[in-house]
Amino acid sequence: MSAPFYVSPEQLMRDRADYARKGIARGRSNVVLQYSDGILFVAENASKALHKISEVYDRIAFAAVGRYNEFENLRVAGVRLADLTGYTYDRRDVTGRTIANAYAQTLGAIFSGAGEKPYEVEIVVAEVGDDVEGDTIYRLTYDGSVTDEHDFVAMGGQAEHITGLLKERFVPGVSLVDALRLAVDVLTQAPDGEMRTLTAQQLEVAALVRSRSRRAFQRYVGPQLETLLAGSTAHQAEVTHQPDADPDVEADGV
Amino acid sequence: MTSDSSGRLPIAFHQPGVSSFADFLGAHAPEMLPGRRPIGSGTVDVPHGTTIVAVTFTGGVVMAGDRRATMGNIIAQRDIEKVFQADEHSCVGIAGTAGLAIELVRLFQVELEHYEKLQGATLSLEGKANRLSMMIRGNLPMAMQGLAVVPMFAGYDLLVSDPAKAGRIFSFDVTGGRYEEHSFHAVGSGSMFARGALKKFFREDFNQQDAVRACVESLYDAADDDSATGAPDLTRKIYPVVVACTVDGFQRIADDALHDIVGHVVDARMIRPGGPAAPLS
Repeated sequence: MSAPFYVSPEQLMRDRADYARKGIARGRSNVVLQYSDGILFVAENASKALHKISEVYDRIAFAAVGRYNEFENLRVAGVRLADLTGYTYDRRDVTGRTIANAYAQTLGAIFSGAGEKPYEVEIVVAEVGDDVEGDTIYRLTYDGSVTDEHDFVAMGGQAEHITGLLKERFVPGVSLVDALRLAVDVLTQAPDGEMRTLTAQQLEVAALVRSRSRRAFQRYVGPQLETLLAGSTAHQAEVTHQPDADPDVEADGV
Repeated sequence: MTSDSSGRLPIAFHQPGVSSFADFLGAHAPEMLPGRRPIGSGTVDVPHGTTIVAVTFTGGVVMAGDRRATMGNIIAQRDIEKVFQADEHSCVGIAGTAGLAIELVRLFQVELEHYEKLQGATLSLEGKANRLSMMIRGNLPMAMQGLAVVPMFAGYDLLVSDPAKAGRIFSFDVTGGRYEEHSFHAVGSGSMFARGALKKFFREDFNQQDAVRACVESLYDAADDDSATGAPDLTRKIYPVVVACTVDGFQRIADDALHDIVGHVVDARMIRPGGPAAPLS
């Protein structure tokens, strides 16, 4: 009988982290950003049925990149936790923090547990508040670490590159159309500077809309998404043709 | 309750293939499900909800309930609400033991929304009605102790192509039996009077306004003959809860609008207390 190889704990964790990171880097990207009336989610996703963005509760939504079966499993667990908490106490007692905490514990336990492979996922749990200051965005990584984000988050293969672009171009308090234009712009711009084009069929777009009464989550599909995208490209054309356009008019998108 | 010793969510949360919130509760926290609790012997005096009516019209369905809950000869509550939104296109009204019924409605609401979120699609109207009937069946032991819950479910069926026929009503019995009703229906202690009145009022070409009026009139007739059903309370401005389900979704008729309708009904009854006369030929 041969003795098992010794692997140092540092090496073990590094290997697991590398494994998870590689898996995530293979996937397409996902952008979450705040706009004047809520939080916008834009994912590059050609599938109509397999969602990367979903509703969790009245004011809470979920966005993920990575392995579908793994983040779908977490999404279902989050919906169950939210519905159970709301049923046990009250709808107002379900917060994004509860969900993010449960995900952090679960991802952390899976990452450090020897019996399972680490999840190759990255998740955003966002909750829309009464005003922009009240919005919360939590970003969770494969090892269960959680960060409280503001303004925008990018996840997936091109996350670093997209975050860089967003840092330069993000302006707080923009309209939905402007926020969507920014998100599509950064998703289409490859690191080598080349521009791809993404049609409405290749995008999954949803928002937590602050002004909606109870369930804030809204998907934008079909003609509605086309109109929003058209609004943003028409607007873009107008801006490029009139470099001196009045900035106030520009902000008036829709 | 929601985490094991490692802080990780328990296995029931990760169970694939379960889209029902009630089934999830059954696996994870069975004590929270109505019908899974030990039943004591003897009887208790608890508030009971009374009359619910529903009327279809070309384009949807209207449901209404009076505002009284009784406990023996006592009026337990004079402004109880017994008609609820079930989801975007359906509503549910309850008669019977108020406490159990309200718990059942809460569970039913979560059940529908839970399925919708997990599956990304809503249940069919029959699917929702069947789900409700299963929940009532779970309450059968309580019903045999005299704590029955008798709901009525109605909604706009998005799968029916003809909007004139899309408003549908389902009634239930305590064993969970589910029956589709046509045109109109009433449940609760005053239901026989309300149903008698609706039989005379109902017309195939009703619009939403007519259906609302017919509901208010029939509840008035129920209150006229059944002591457990509350009439519109003009002094306190407590009016029946009236809701409508149409292709545009669920809508509760505002108290301002009801104020006028109830006013017309009561004014007409000042002249003819029995309500509108039905022509003999």
